[in-house]
Amino acid sequence: MNIFYAVLTLGALGGVFGLVLAVASKVFEVKTDPRLDLILDCLPGANCGGCGYPGCAGCAAAILEKKAPVNACPSCSGLQTSRIAAVMGVEVQAVERRVAFVRCSGGDRAGHKFERYVGLEDCVAAMKVSGNGTLDCSFGCLGRGTCVKVCKFDAIHINAHGVAEVDREKCTCCMQCAAACPRHVIVSMPYAVDVVLPCANHEKGASAKAHCAVSCIGCKLCERNCPAGAITVTNNVARIDYDKCTSCGTCVTKCPRKLIVDIHADGKVAPVVKQ
Amino acid sequence: MEWTTLFDIALGAILINNFILVQFLGICPFMGVSKKMDTAVGMGFAVIFVMALASALCYPVNVLLESLDLKYMQTVAFILVIAALVQFVEMFLKKSMPSLYEALGVYLPLITTNCAVLGAVLLNVQNHYNFIESVVYGITGGAGFLLAIVLFASIRERLEFSDPPKAFQGFPIALVTAGLMALSFMGFQGLQIPW
Repeated sequence: MNIFYAVLTLGALGGVFGLVLAVASKVFEVKTDPRLDLILDCLPGANCGGCGYPGCAGCAAAILEKKAPVNACPSCSGLQTSRIAAVMGVEVQAVERRVAFVRCSGGDRAGHKFERYVGLEDCVAAMKVSGNGTLDCSFGCLGRGTCVKVCKFDAIHINAHGVAEVDREKCTCCMQCAAACPRHVIVSMPYAVDVVLPCANHEKGASAKAHCAVSCIGCKLCERNCPAGAITVTNNVARIDYDKCTSCGTCVTKCPRKLIVDIHADGKVAPVVKQ
Repeated sequence: MEWTTLFDIALGAILINNFILVQFLGICPFMGVSKKMDTAVGMGFAVIFVMALASALCYPVNVLLESLDLKYMQTVAFILVIAALVQFVEMFLKKSMPSLYEALGVYLPLITTNCAVLGAVLLNVQNHYNFIESVVYGITGGAGFLLAIVLFASIRERLEFSDPPKAFQGFPIALVTAGLMALSFMGFQGLQIPW
């Protein structure tokens, strides 16, 4: 008799709850646009925040409401973007691919204040060391990997010299590394460039030279010799304007500090710079 | 009903018999979502919410079971009640309180099968609490969970920057930390209200 009661009670409980849930699913139904899931499927799902919306779901909702363009996601490849565009029924405008770039190449070639750093393995902590960080140069990369930790795409690493270096193939230019960097030494630049100038030292020539072996001393040799007029020296540091740069390689040969380099010099791509 | 009894229950649930660190219930979310402070807080509030509701709803169910002499079916019945309740609450929140639904997010369905929630309900029965006492035990038990997981998350955020030996990196050092926290919570065993 007891087993009969047990089965009946549990059965009744289950039945009642099932009924309540069935009714509730109708009463509390929230209608969602099926396109939302389709768009969300195309997005990478890393929730990197590079689009400026809170996560991929936020970005998908913004695209759906036409608040954001279909190529709002900086991490999406052309194929994914075109699939989103197909869902939304619009055309994609082509955008230039950009990547992050670390404006420093110092690391072990720059002067360090201490023989050994024993603090927390974090740039924000290293930055708090008295006198503006552990480096003699107060602009360069501290190399403690805060940017490495925030990168969702495994695209930035500390290289053999102890400087953060961007993997240009993996980088999606979400710029989370730039936001995390306490030195603000990471910037975005076009993917299709050939020469780079990895230094952000604003000190005058003599002290820049004293603080780091690979620093820009603001000598203006590159500025004067650039046939395209693409390089300007402001605040003792040269910057390349990639809208004007023709990749002729003159600056690479002229730079007395050997600081301006051809990024294809490792032989992966045929060198564009004619020596 | 006395206020002192309720206070006694609350103190017991938060500190003396903390669900995680003394009774070792709900260890799975304690280890799983304590890597960052904001997820830990979200999980903690979701547990408070569900524990209070489950305690309230399981009380009449238990009365029914006892009147039918089916006390041995408690575990099965309570799991059924909690699972249905969480489903229902999720649907209700999605419709009427989207902001709260977004805040609790994925944690709400996660705690459906949480042993801390089931443990709270079963302990209510074991301790012969009445309705109000059950609800108070549910809320404060959840508050104890929130306290423990927030403390643990703050320690783990600091652990991220430390450099333990390779064998201890990640989960091992977190487990050691949890053990030490449980040890320190044993100090509350001496806390008793003398009446």
